[in-house]
Amino acid sequence: MTTQSVKFRVYRYDPDKDAKPYMQDISVDVDTTTERKLLDALVKLKVVDESLSFRRSCREGVCGSDAMNINGKNGLACITDIDTLKQPIEVRPLPGLPVIRDLIVDMTQFFKQYHSIKPYVINDSPAPDRERLQSQEDRKELDGLYECILCACCSTACPSFWWNPDKFVGPAGLLAAYRFIADTRDEATSARLDNLEDPYRLFRCHSIMNCVDVCPKELNPTKAIGKIKDLMVKRIA
Amino acid sequence: MVNRHVVGAHYGLRDWLVQRVTAVIMLAYTVGVVAFILFANGASFEAWQALFACTWVKIVTTITIIALLWHAWVGVRDIWMDYIQHIGVKLTMHVLTLLWLLASLIYMVKVVWGVL
Repeated sequence: MTTQSVKFRVYRYDPDKDAKPYMQDISVDVDTTTERKLLDALVKLKVVDESLSFRRSCREGVCGSDAMNINGKNGLACITDIDTLKQPIEVRPLPGLPVIRDLIVDMTQFFKQYHSIKPYVINDSPAPDRERLQSQEDRKELDGLYECILCACCSTACPSFWWNPDKFVGPAGLLAAYRFIADTRDEATSARLDNLEDPYRLFRCHSIMNCVDVCPKELNPTKAIGKIKDLMVKRIA
Repeated sequence: MVNRHVVGAHYGLRDWLVQRVTAVIMLAYTVGVVAFILFANGASFEAWQALFACTWVKIVTTITIIALLWHAWVGVRDIWMDYIQHIGVKLTMHVLTLLWLLASLIYMVKVVWGVL
């Protein structure tokens, strides 16, 4: 067993006790053979100071609960190697969303935008005896879209989402929107494009690609947004 | 509280397209002017004046000026839309921007069509 001390600067805020947020300097010993991810160290940190609050669940980059701002960049604590981080590791909640406590943010606005694009297949044709089938080529269109875990790293790294979270759908929502537009089983393409044709809902994206930079699943919302714009142009041309 | 359904305003695509098309017009014009200066001895006052005395140059320049101002309108309006939340302030900025661009248009057209 090799022990290493990891230094942290953690954002702390408990609205019941603190007048305003502050940064807490704290360090913790981790076993470098088994505890190599940032989440491992945070879990240990909670043993040192049990009042520290953060969300986590699957600890393997699938559930998207432990998204946070790590040394200035959004990411998932569970798949970020401690070795790759400069110490003290500065950990803050996702930017732009209201803080509930410490690293826990209120995701209501994020999910409101996600729901506004109707994230499910709409098909009013009578259902076939078995499932609605897709060809392998049609199914391939969904690669790079369906993998999104809704961790909100992208939308909370997007300045357009910071300024207009109530009006701009945000990269995560728009990636999901294109996932259903691209789905050959979906019949609501035109209605979906109508829903997005709006100077705020879609066109607040200025393609700065912060979303692509931070996505822990290496997805490309900017490309999906470009494809939505392409389809809108094709519709009028 | 009214439970509103969020839908698109059904515009925005045109402005986005306009920004791209006007950019292409400005690029083509810039390439033309640079080529004239480099290859047609266009750096002198006489050559410059002779070029702008042609009616077709005036027309092309006017189209480019309109492209420039339209491009600026979409871009500057985008900035107000991004950063200004207060409706009244936002509308005021939109109107001031439009007035400024309109004044620029009149002055630029006057200058270009004033070359004899």
